[in-house]
Amino acid sequence: MTTTSITVTEAVPRLSWAEWLDRHSGRIMVMPAVVVLLCFAIFPLIVSAYLSLSRFALAPGGFTLRFIGLSNFRKLLTGSQQYHLLGKFGTPGLVQWLVLAAVAAGLLFLLVRYLRRKPTILGTLGRLLSAAMAMCLATVVVVTFAPGGVPGTVVNTLLYVFLGVTVQFGLGLGLALLCGQPIRGRNFFRVLFFIPLMVTPVGIAYTFRMLADMQKGPFAPLLQAVGVSEWSWATQAWSARLMVLVGDTWQWTPFMFIVLLAAIENQPRDQVEAARLDGANGWQVFRDITWPAIAPVAATVVLIRLIEAFKIIDLPNVLTGGGPGLATESMTLHSFIAWRSQDLGGSAAVGYMLLFISTVVCVSFFNFIVRPARRFET
Amino acid sequence: MNSDSRSLVRRLFEPATVDDVAPAAKLATYVLLSLWSLVVLTPLYWVLITSFKGPGEVDNGPFYIPFVDFTPSLQAWDFMLLQNNTARPYLNSIVVALASTVLAVLIGALAAYSLVRIRFQVKLAAVALFLILLVAVIVAVATFGAPWEIAVAAACALFLIGLFTLIGRTRLAVGNNDIEFWIISNRIMPPIVAVLPIYVMFQQLRLLDTQVALIATYTAVNLPIVVWLTRDFFAAIPLDLEESAQIDGASKFRVFFTIALPLVRSGLVATFLLVLILAWNEYLLALFLSNAKAQTMPVLVSAQNTTRGPQWWNMSVLIVVMIAPVVVISSILQKHIARGLLVGAVKG
Repeated sequence: MTTTSITVTEAVPRLSWAEWLDRHSGRIMVMPAVVVLLCFAIFPLIVSAYLSLSRFALAPGGFTLRFIGLSNFRKLLTGSQQYHLLGKFGTPGLVQWLVLAAVAAGLLFLLVRYLRRKPTILGTLGRLLSAAMAMCLATVVVVTFAPGGVPGTVVNTLLYVFLGVTVQFGLGLGLALLCGQPIRGRNFFRVLFFIPLMVTPVGIAYTFRMLADMQKGPFAPLLQAVGVSEWSWATQAWSARLMVLVGDTWQWTPFMFIVLLAAIENQPRDQVEAARLDGANGWQVFRDITWPAIAPVAATVVLIRLIEAFKIIDLPNVLTGGGPGLATESMTLHSFIAWRSQDLGGSAAVGYMLLFISTVVCVSFFNFIVRPARRFET
Repeated sequence: MNSDSRSLVRRLFEPATVDDVAPAAKLATYVLLSLWSLVVLTPLYWVLITSFKGPGEVDNGPFYIPFVDFTPSLQAWDFMLLQNNTARPYLNSIVVALASTVLAVLIGALAAYSLVRIRFQVKLAAVALFLILLVAVIVAVATFGAPWEIAVAAACALFLIGLFTLIGRTRLAVGNNDIEFWIISNRIMPPIVAVLPIYVMFQQLRLLDTQVALIATYTAVNLPIVVWLTRDFFAAIPLDLEESAQIDGASKFRVFFTIALPLVRSGLVATFLLVLILAWNEYLLALFLSNAKAQTMPVLVSAQNTTRGPQWWNMSVLIVVMIAPVVVISSILQKHIARGLLVGAVKG
């Protein structure tokens, strides 16, 4: 003990550069990452917030920024740009009102169920925010799909996110279940099915445009035989959206597939075999053994996909250019188009709306789906 | 059970042993998997053969098999690669993807390692003061036209004064988990929110349309992924190896580079490949930050539409050269890349 204390006291006076470096090594190691993120995430985020609250105009020799408060947001939510962001509202009929009532009732039920247990202030506030967001989004979707309504970019983005992720998850899970069986050649399929995930999205967009060409594409003879060659998918809102979804699904199903396959391979083999010996059929094995085993991973993989899906721009921009009209325009593309027309304030406001929606949705999903799914993990 | 005693139907629909698949189910599986294989391969095949077609072969209806229903030519390849300047965007893509990936993996791994091994205490008040000053500087420069050098200098001075006087006495602090969560949560932010100010920033620095701007931005965008993935690899290595080295007098940096990094080699390869491909495919940021000089392949390909109309044969050549490297890498090194994805997904 005495010797160590002596060396320490001797070392203090001649604290060399190397020693200083070693003493602060933790901070020095983490500093580059913090600095990079401050410069490219926090600083831009604050500037963007400021931009979204001001009007940008080109002026001789540069530009001017004028603080105008929330009017960019007001314009997008209730003003002249409402048709672009939220869409044109139709007149909801009985079905629409019923759907909305069902959503509201479901959310109320969940809230009341939570409040009857041991609620915390933070938990209640978070749930209220999530429920309010869900209600708002559901209302916008239902009302713009009502007769006479035209969906805006928020609805398109939600469509890509929720419909796209659902389809991709279903396909990925199905393929993973097929490939998880003890069959020959599964490694071949695994490698092959993985490829689309890594292909550049811009390339996918053009390739699908070629494939979907009604006159020169590979399916043209088939379509002519059916007699739809005069019709063009690019001029119809729903077929154009479908094309974007098809391209997106082609690219992202592999992600679900590869992760779920790994999870399926890790499920308890002995339980599966025991269940089979007891005469359980495939569905029972899936419901009682496979699904509980892969649920945490499934929830996480959907979360990762949700986060990325909100950022979609490449496919709509290249495949359809956002058209026909606004039918395929995502929020990121909306923001980009606003930027291109020098409306920096509006562009930043759309970006912030996207940030807000995607953060609330992803955090809600994490808290209410991923966490409970993981709780069953042992 | 004797196999003869089972009827043909039972033999078809029941597996021979528990860990086997019934023949009928096997057949159905292969049919479905082959169908999806077709779905995967058709677009790739079509873009490949279209690159060997000319205007005539494309316009006169679909032709499917080279040498059988059309004669392939290298005309489009010759035009795009030798007569057009495709080499420059290609080189840009390679340089930007490689450099940003190396930087992101290095910076991210350093941060992840220190977050796993060293305990941090950052005063919450310091973070708050920093953010308030940052907002103040931005407002001062943007609304009141203060010169930014002076504003930044004043803010730095105020920050240091605050750091040495008031903040030392506060209690609340953020720890490793908070820092880690903050770094990773940056991935949730849609890049479109950040790209406008980044654009203005590089404009002011006169770095717009340079490789430097793209490399720096891509590094930042991919950093959260690197920290997220490598964190787990570092956490998995046993402490005693590093401790014994530290007792021998090696510095933290030395331990990191000579012991920790080699131990997580395969994890680093997985991370590197994943980030490399993400950087190679990136579109939105390149669209904003590059124009002519630093244009990358995705931007070049997407620009084809407006400048030349749909000349599918030329476009196909570009797409093939753009996606060929990633298709080759991802099929050969599938195991490694998938490992990166798995670590990310399984942990969350």
